[in-house]
Amino acid sequence: MSAAQGTAGRDLRMGHAARDIVSKRIIVGYGFWIFLLSDIIMFSAFFAAYAVLSGQTAGGPSGRDVFHLHIVAIETACLLLSSFTCGVASIGARAHNSLMYYGSMAVTAVLGAAFLFLEAREFAGMNAIGAGPSRSAFLSSFFTLVGCHGLHVTLGLLWLLTMMAQVFAKGYRHDILRRILCFSLFWHTLDIIWIGIFTVVYLTGMAQ
Amino acid sequence: MLGKLTWAAIPIDQPIPLFAAGFVGFIIFCVLVYITLKGWVPYLWREWITSVDHKRIGVMYVFLAGVMLIRGFSDAIMMRSQQALAFQAPGYLPPDHYDQIFSAHGTLMIFFVAMPFVIGLMNVVVPLQLGVRDVAFPTLNSVSFWLTATGALLVNVSLVVGEFARTGWLAYPPLSELTYSPGVGVDYYLWSLQISGVGTLLTGVNFVTTILKLHAPGMTYMRMPMFCWTALASCLLIVAAFPILTATFAMLLLDRYLGFHFFTNEAGGNVMMYVNLIWAWGHPEVYILILPAFGVFSEVVSTFSGKPLFGYRSMVAATLVICILAFMVWLHHFFTMGAGADVNAVFGVTTMIIAVPTGVKVFSWLFTMYGGRIVYSSPMLWSLGFIVTFVLGGMTGVLLAVPPADFVLHNSLFLVAHFHNVIIGGVLFGAFAGYTYWFPKAFGFRLHEGLGKAAFWCWFIGFYLAFMPLYVLGFEGMTRRMQHYDVPAWHPWLLIAALGAAVILAGIVLQIAQVVVSFRHREQLRDVTGDPWNGHSLEWATASPPPPFNFAVLPRITEDDTYWGMKQRVLRQTDTGEEPRYEDIELPRNSPTGFICAFFATFMGFALIWHIWWLVAAAFVGAFVTFVVFAWRDRTEDRIPADEVARIDRANRAARRAALAQMQPAQ
Repeated sequence: MSAAQGTAGRDLRMGHAARDIVSKRIIVGYGFWIFLLSDIIMFSAFFAAYAVLSGQTAGGPSGRDVFHLHIVAIETACLLLSSFTCGVASIGARAHNSLMYYGSMAVTAVLGAAFLFLEAREFAGMNAIGAGPSRSAFLSSFFTLVGCHGLHVTLGLLWLLTMMAQVFAKGYRHDILRRILCFSLFWHTLDIIWIGIFTVVYLTGMAQ
Repeated sequence: MLGKLTWAAIPIDQPIPLFAAGFVGFIIFCVLVYITLKGWVPYLWREWITSVDHKRIGVMYVFLAGVMLIRGFSDAIMMRSQQALAFQAPGYLPPDHYDQIFSAHGTLMIFFVAMPFVIGLMNVVVPLQLGVRDVAFPTLNSVSFWLTATGALLVNVSLVVGEFARTGWLAYPPLSELTYSPGVGVDYYLWSLQISGVGTLLTGVNFVTTILKLHAPGMTYMRMPMFCWTALASCLLIVAAFPILTATFAMLLLDRYLGFHFFTNEAGGNVMMYVNLIWAWGHPEVYILILPAFGVFSEVVSTFSGKPLFGYRSMVAATLVICILAFMVWLHHFFTMGAGADVNAVFGVTTMIIAVPTGVKVFSWLFTMYGGRIVYSSPMLWSLGFIVTFVLGGMTGVLLAVPPADFVLHNSLFLVAHFHNVIIGGVLFGAFAGYTYWFPKAFGFRLHEGLGKAAFWCWFIGFYLAFMPLYVLGFEGMTRRMQHYDVPAWHPWLLIAALGAAVILAGIVLQIAQVVVSFRHREQLRDVTGDPWNGHSLEWATASPPPPFNFAVLPRITEDDTYWGMKQRVLRQTDTGEEPRYEDIELPRNSPTGFICAFFATFMGFALIWHIWWLVAAAFVGAFVTFVVFAWRDRTEDRIPADEVARIDRANRAARRAALAQMQPAQ
């Protein structure tokens, strides 16, 4: 009994000591989370603008006229799947399993690129029927919100390829593993934002 | 090839900006030549430009703020003299130029004076107070600084190449839309603030992580000095508010560059959405600035009263309450929008509620002084001047928070007087108090007291002369941003205000003289003990200036006594000659990443302003390559061997002991 108490006490003390020196992995992950929160706040401003302007079609097309839910469903599937493969990649990196790491990073890249291709096609199609961003305030806010997410995916792809090259050149170094952690946090965050877009923009837009 | 940029962009027909810029350019050129001839370039590159040391970066921030203060103040003195002269006369500044001056004055003073000043103080002090070796992300810190400097540079380039915005410091649409502002002025404004905004955001991320995750062993949250708490609250606000600014400016840029309709008058755009969004950032921004100043005053008042801070816990609570309330009051900046009585009433009440935690703070400072042995040093004078002035400014703020009163005073000089009352009396006095208080820590010698006090009195009296008349003018119905007027009753007050600006000018001259005189007499003013004011937090437990690693051995905090206890314990060890066990210290390596990124950002910003698209692409590729090269490096840290640490620390300890021994007989 007293031995158990002693152990518990030591654990507590160790817990305290462990809090004193925070590992670099925690610091980097924490800092990057704070950054991601700021990114989410930026998106929330675009969401707010969309919410204010979504009815301002200025006589032009509304969401119902231009959205194609089946394509958006495929986009969503691509992105959610890519989040899964991104998770597999970070497990692979932690296990130093190159096949798993490169393989799932490549799949993630392909899925991300597929998403971007579908989005670009959607944008081009809307532009072609005269529903470009300068047609109305609704379309301005739509293209900005969804386009900003697309821009993030594009930068994420650039980062993804850089991380593949880094592991190839430098191996599974500690600092590179920390960057992979940040990248996967980033990629998952884009998913969270997409769910918001899917709901607020597409589903609500079709219902109106 | 060069987009919209032609020779016509250089304002040859406007002598004032051209001469001013030519003069400044000439001085900069002379300084650069002097530095090069003296062979200081390698030193500057190695020790400052590529430095990732938080103390160095902090000093550079404060230096940038000082230079921009002079630029912003010359705008102020031009406005005051214009309004003094423009009674039933055109004055000497044409409207076109006058509009640029008031826009540049506000932009510079908020973004490139107040922000870098408080961020600079945070950089110098926070890691020292936490008892750690650096911030969480040292290279990122350097990137932040250089991006801020890029923004400042772009604003000043607009003096010579093109023009600056004529739209006021917040660039309200539709005036700032392409239809009404077709020139590059608004683009200069937007891109310089976008670039420096990224720098500020990264600083916020960096310091939130540092304060919440990096501590000396035993430095729990409730043992942190007050300045760390206010820095934390300020950086939390940066992280939560600056992304809104980025998004808002991005929308205005899309309107201007690609014909979007966020804020236009046609196609469903909504002008008031801009005003709402910009103040959703703008109101937290004023707390981003004032909270660190509150932290400075807490440190200064407690040190120079020789007492612990009264009500530390309630101060922490008040800081965090202000941090939250900062996001709930933005609408009071535009009660006249027409949101209706109910909405205005809610925002009026929330605004008045902010006066409660602020009042808690004021009473805490008063009770800290009560019964203390007050030393009237110059940092303390700034603090006392602040308490009187800020309470006055706070009261006019509560007055403006009453919507019916605001309908009358809205857009008048009363408002201008109010926000200068809180920004000069609060933020700037706080920045100057902190600058004087921590100067010996950063440089190893104190500032000249006599000149410091004289500068304070000039600022203090000058402020009242310059801004109290504006309250009167506001009641007399004078609106802000007036280039000329013909109401005889206004003229005498504007003459007094101009006199006030001249007295403040004397204060600035005295401050420059103070630096020069103090540098010349640095041996007499030398701080050998590392603790010139008998301060209480950990920054006074190391040498002045601190070694690159701050603390030879990380201080271990065990006592609950936050006042003096921990500093005294660390110093006692030093004074008895008891040596710690020295170990190798790893410090982040210097890196030119920040400087090179800013180099590309400058070109990218300039190219975006002038629509030089190939340069935009080239600069983006350059910035990306810089990041990859940085990420590719193999050695990220330099190791300082234990012997070297011991050598530096022993020398500092010996100097302190010698100084103390000399002081003893004198007492």
